[in-house]
Amino acid sequence: MDLNYSEEQQMLRESVERFVRQHYAFPDRQKRLADGRGFSRELWQQMAELGWLTISLPEEDGGIGGSVADTAIVMEGLGQALALEPYLPTVLASVLIARLGTDEQKARYLGPLAEGQLQMAVAFTEPQARYQLDDCATRLEVRDDGMVLEGGKSLVLGGQHADMTVVVARSSGDRKSPDGLSLVLVDRELPGIERRDYQTNDGLGAVDMHFSSVRLPASALLGPRGEALPEIEYMLDLAIACVASEAAGAVSALCQATLEYLRNRTQFGRPLGANQALQHRMVDMFIAQEETRSIALYGAMMMEEPDPVARKRALSLTKVEIARTARHVAQEAVQLHGAMGVTEELSVGHYFKRLTAINATFGDSDWHLHRIAQCDHQQ
Amino acid sequence: MEFRLNQEQQAFADEVREFIRTHLPADIARKVRRDQHLSRDDYMRWQQILGQKGWHTFNWPEEYGGPGWNVIQSYLFEVISAEMDCPIIQPFGPRMAGPVIYTFGTEEQKDRFLPGIRDSTVWWCQGYSEPQSGSDLASLSTQAEDRGDHYLVNGQKIWTSYAHYADWMFCLVRTRGDGRPQEGISFLLIDMNSPGIEVQPILMMEGTHSFNTVFLDNVKVPKENLIGEQDKGWSYAKFLLEHERVDNAAIGVTKAAMRRLKAIASQERSDERPLLEDPLFHARVIEVEAQLQALEVTALRVLSQVASGQAPGPVASLLKIRGTEIAQRISELTSQAVGHYALPFQPGYLRDEGAEEPVGPAHAATAANNYLWRRSMSIYGGSNEIQRNIIAKHMLEL
Repeated sequence: MDLNYSEEQQMLRESVERFVRQHYAFPDRQKRLADGRGFSRELWQQMAELGWLTISLPEEDGGIGGSVADTAIVMEGLGQALALEPYLPTVLASVLIARLGTDEQKARYLGPLAEGQLQMAVAFTEPQARYQLDDCATRLEVRDDGMVLEGGKSLVLGGQHADMTVVVARSSGDRKSPDGLSLVLVDRELPGIERRDYQTNDGLGAVDMHFSSVRLPASALLGPRGEALPEIEYMLDLAIACVASEAAGAVSALCQATLEYLRNRTQFGRPLGANQALQHRMVDMFIAQEETRSIALYGAMMMEEPDPVARKRALSLTKVEIARTARHVAQEAVQLHGAMGVTEELSVGHYFKRLTAINATFGDSDWHLHRIAQCDHQQ
Repeated sequence: MEFRLNQEQQAFADEVREFIRTHLPADIARKVRRDQHLSRDDYMRWQQILGQKGWHTFNWPEEYGGPGWNVIQSYLFEVISAEMDCPIIQPFGPRMAGPVIYTFGTEEQKDRFLPGIRDSTVWWCQGYSEPQSGSDLASLSTQAEDRGDHYLVNGQKIWTSYAHYADWMFCLVRTRGDGRPQEGISFLLIDMNSPGIEVQPILMMEGTHSFNTVFLDNVKVPKENLIGEQDKGWSYAKFLLEHERVDNAAIGVTKAAMRRLKAIASQERSDERPLLEDPLFHARVIEVEAQLQALEVTALRVLSQVASGQAPGPVASLLKIRGTEIAQRISELTSQAVGHYALPFQPGYLRDEGAEEPVGPAHAATAANNYLWRRSMSIYGGSNEIQRNIIAKHMLEL
């Protein structure tokens, strides 16, 4: 038991902080958001050169051999920066390929991905499924000469940028059966794919995909057929560890901004921060900031837990706590900034939107409370 | 960064478990498990067993007879102790008087007072609050008049935990009236058997007696019982309060309370199934568990800071605020869990006097009392509002 960052992690933290300081002044971020490309290819290349895109992958897969805690350090910085780059989808797709891919698949995708040349995303949600991972109507038909994909996926995060998407599809069983789920690698350019790109409240954007008789080669199957659910669950937990750290970064940026505002904004001839009613609210934000950081660390560390039920329970607990702390800080930051807090102009509202989006993705608090009940039932 | 125990820590945890398993008297463990009120003898028996092992003062450095544990070991000891139904070690000697004496006391004072704390043969109490000085502690007015070889102390202390058990009191007194209120305070050690001391009980709403009023009427306190310099007592008191706040997170005890809540909610039935399987009640429990998990990691982060030589500082106030809020919420849910059996008032059972049988199921008997008692947590040790003031001023610089 040791909650100190290692020397390497300390260096990574400093490197991330430097990167964020240099490149993510809020006006620059807003320019990138407005220019239609969604994010900066130049920054993406720099992140690739720093080794961050595959930081937690084993060295033989082109990674740095780090842990989820390392990915979390990068995510925290990107949360602080309110970054637009599709880092999270890249992490999720690359980890699935590293865990499940054949040597050929790894060689083909992980190299270009690490170098920032290949964009990837994971399509695992459907409109009727809400947050349920095993509710999957998209079907994968396996034939002698390959596979056929039929159906649709909703809210594919980062999917608008993806050259290649990992799609969850059902190769057997009923729509809600936990068995029979498979993962396939789907090229953006294949015939039969319809896409609808749209903006999201947090500026990151997403895409709905529709597949009509999309023909895939047998080599597009990622991992064993029909047994993907445990891996999708792992991916969900990894996503929670990532967004928890991202939330920790965003929350600390909001606390800092609010504190400065309370010190500098003068009304009735004194700083807002001289009022005890506001001081105590600021203190509660500060407490929530520390709690966010703590539970994010817990989530990252528990990703190393070998027992899947214990891991799932821990990451659900993480999501439940993040939902509380992030919501609290986001709402209070807006309120304490007064009318400026609800404008487009100030960064505060944009952090608010991102934290709200985090709470609505990868299972909301209620869904995770149910998931914990299921875990407790299994134990 | 690693959440699991390493081999050395695991071996330490095993040693602690084994010692408790073979040494904790069963009657004491049963009372703790039932959340009953412990007597002086219960506490002293367990603390003296720990004292013989050198563990009663487990947070002391080796040069004063502590075991020389690092903060993680101390943390594990507390968590395991609570998990195995050990009584809380009363903090007044080992956590409060002791560290002040070995940090600011003379060699004579160390020789005289530290052994009794190490062995737990002496019970200490804390003479801080006064009727007119609660949160505003520095305004205290108990006078200590310089009479050459002794001080003559007159005044009144209140909320003095276990003064009726205590042999000695460490006490804040006013030795100077001018200047800032903080500047004229001195730190005295007072023998509770001195003539002129009268202890009056304050009964609490849940039916127990742990707090007291202490009247000091012309009490003679020899000069050699002054800690450090006259008029500088506030800085020693502050040193102590900061330590108290880290302790007030009480993670081990709160984790044990969470386990007890789940056990009780598993025994209680609601619509033919365990209450814990009621989705609404389960959700309420898990929401608190998530907060407790975050608090535990925060406490471990603070301990890591302490381990690397930094003072805990105002972040300790955060632990006090959240530690008490979470413990209160758990006690509230435990009381809710027992349903109607939150109503019977049986202070005799709570104090384990005689053979009084609980009206309802045994697991329900102390749930409501415990909820009532724990309302004091956000008030004692510097109310949670005072803690927020401290964070606002010293950490946020507002």
